[in-house]
Amino acid sequence: MPERILDVENLSVDIPVPSGMLHPVQDISFHVERGETLAIVGESGCGKSLTSLAIMDLLPSRARRTAAKLELDGRDLSGLSERAMADIRGNRMSMIFQEPMTSLNPAYTIGDQLTEALLRHRDASRAEARQRAVWLLEKVGITGAAGRLRQYPHQLSGGLRQRVMIAMALMCGPDLIIADEPTTALDVTIQAQILHLLADLQREFQTGLILITHDLGVVSRVADRIAVMYAAQIVEEGTAEQIFEAPAHPYTQGLLACIPIPGKTRRGAHLGSIPGIVPSLVGRFQGCHFADRCPHAMARCRADDIAMRAGAEAGHRYRCVLTPEETAANMKRMEAAE
Amino acid sequence: MTDTIIEARDVTRTFMISGGFLRAKRALHAVNGIDLTIERGEVMALVGESGCGKTTLARMMMGLMPPSRGTIELEGRPITGTGRVEVARTVQPIFQDPYSSLNPRKTIGSIITLPLRVQGDPEPDTWRRRAEEIMELVGLPRRFFNSYPNQLSGGQRQRVAIARALINRPRMVICDEPTSALDVSVQSQILNLLQDLRRELGLTYLLISHNLAVVEHIATRVAVMYLGRIVEQTDVASLFERPRHPYTEALLGSVLTPDPRKGVPDTHLGAAYPNPLEIPSGCRFHPRCPKAMSHCPRIEPRVTPIPGGHVECHLYDDAYSKEGALADAEP
Repeated sequence: MPERILDVENLSVDIPVPSGMLHPVQDISFHVERGETLAIVGESGCGKSLTSLAIMDLLPSRARRTAAKLELDGRDLSGLSERAMADIRGNRMSMIFQEPMTSLNPAYTIGDQLTEALLRHRDASRAEARQRAVWLLEKVGITGAAGRLRQYPHQLSGGLRQRVMIAMALMCGPDLIIADEPTTALDVTIQAQILHLLADLQREFQTGLILITHDLGVVSRVADRIAVMYAAQIVEEGTAEQIFEAPAHPYTQGLLACIPIPGKTRRGAHLGSIPGIVPSLVGRFQGCHFADRCPHAMARCRADDIAMRAGAEAGHRYRCVLTPEETAANMKRMEAAE
Repeated sequence: MTDTIIEARDVTRTFMISGGFLRAKRALHAVNGIDLTIERGEVMALVGESGCGKTTLARMMMGLMPPSRGTIELEGRPITGTGRVEVARTVQPIFQDPYSSLNPRKTIGSIITLPLRVQGDPEPDTWRRRAEEIMELVGLPRRFFNSYPNQLSGGQRQRVAIARALINRPRMVICDEPTSALDVSVQSQILNLLQDLRRELGLTYLLISHNLAVVEHIATRVAVMYLGRIVEQTDVASLFERPRHPYTEALLGSVLTPDPRKGVPDTHLGAAYPNPLEIPSGCRFHPRCPKAMSHCPRIEPRVTPIPGGHVECHLYDDAYSKEGALADAEP
């Protein structure tokens, strides 16, 4: 049986704001297996980045985190002290951020920053740490690695900096890496290389990877499983094939209709769109979060909270009162009426 | 019959870059001898990696920056001799980030009518009506006239930027990454709007984008830039169905279209985009080119015609396409 490296149940984040209580993450449950890539997809403000910060315990200080279960490799993270958590961060799990320039310290050399985690967390000598840093820089495809250790972040290009970030995340051989939009700031050519690299290294080291992104193209190529988030909730979860080939939730269906797909979308034709805006997450919300923008919404969608239900195939779950067959029939009726 | 709206001939733009304390300045050719003609009604897309010079070229085409060499003619008149206000009547920009391109202290109405004020439009009593008309056209409710940008969502702000660009009825709009700061569901709405407006108002677009799926969807012609040169230019169907230049091929190969049954392609491009201060000899793409031949590092490729456009690559130049054909000829 595959081993769960991260197990999250009913994770919520609440942040007090002047107008009440903001609930940006609501009852999120998911898991990541060893060597697996889980992508969390959603648009801005859906709570995907806060979810990752909540796992890393890096939330803003006034935010409150609650979870029925939050385990890394079988170890409960929810009750850990700040000190104990600091021993895990950068060691057992590490993070790669979107903009490498803002997450690298401009005042320290690449070498200092790469070796820091190993020196802090492991009983390693400077020479050993240096050796591993050089080895990892070569692994991520940086030439002249030994010389690079003396360089400062501003001396590297964006693509190189992101490679350094990946090497840094791997320094302690973590069980889990959370990559938040790791390639969004990069050119497409570099993006493909970085993703290729990430996938190779992850396979080699059998690390669990959570990939947080809004780029559906990236997700489809890299993810084993996908969780689609909308307005603080996971609305659909399944394998990449299930999500892209048989999306069950109207939001997922709408999102996929929005992007031009070469060979499928007729050139110049109108793209699909999702009218309306995301609901406010301040205060308690009744019913389906997507109801106001959903073409299928009915009275019962707003009456009660919608639970996740199992799809036809194993591992596929979605949060909608209608089945994919019913939404498809609905769409057909609507198109005929037009 | 062709009807050219803007034509760049042998345009070069050079920046002098400081080499550091007490070091000589060096010349950076951001745009290097480019010819580009845009016909009325076209959507010309400029694609290429960051630093290839696409934004510099666009700025020159808006008259915001004079070329160091060469000429740009806007509707038959040289752009350098034409006043800024005059150019702005014909060409208007839409920028990438609707969060930073709108003045947060001005109302939406004031932002949209700004071009009319700048150009000293003679009928101030019609401004409000015209602003409301254009707001309706771009799908903004009229009640936003007295709102401020912070009260609007990203998609609505981009609509404001489009309304501002269109209020003076320009004939050409330069869209610099018009949707890349927006969410997927909003991006499609803005793309649909740009398409509709082009048809309704007979607009011409110069579209700068790194999103090749967007380019393939709305462009009619594509120019691929690499280190200050246009290395391939042709109609959208030819480019996407049969890319000629190895760089175009690599660029298209790295696009991740949504397909869960495919992995991440290996583009064999090598890691580094070259330093534009040290442009490689011969063909500027040869250090990254998987098809480089022995004469590529020595001889600069000529502009070679292909169906629908042209390409700069020895592979399509009969004199050089056979490996070793002219191996020992003149450098």
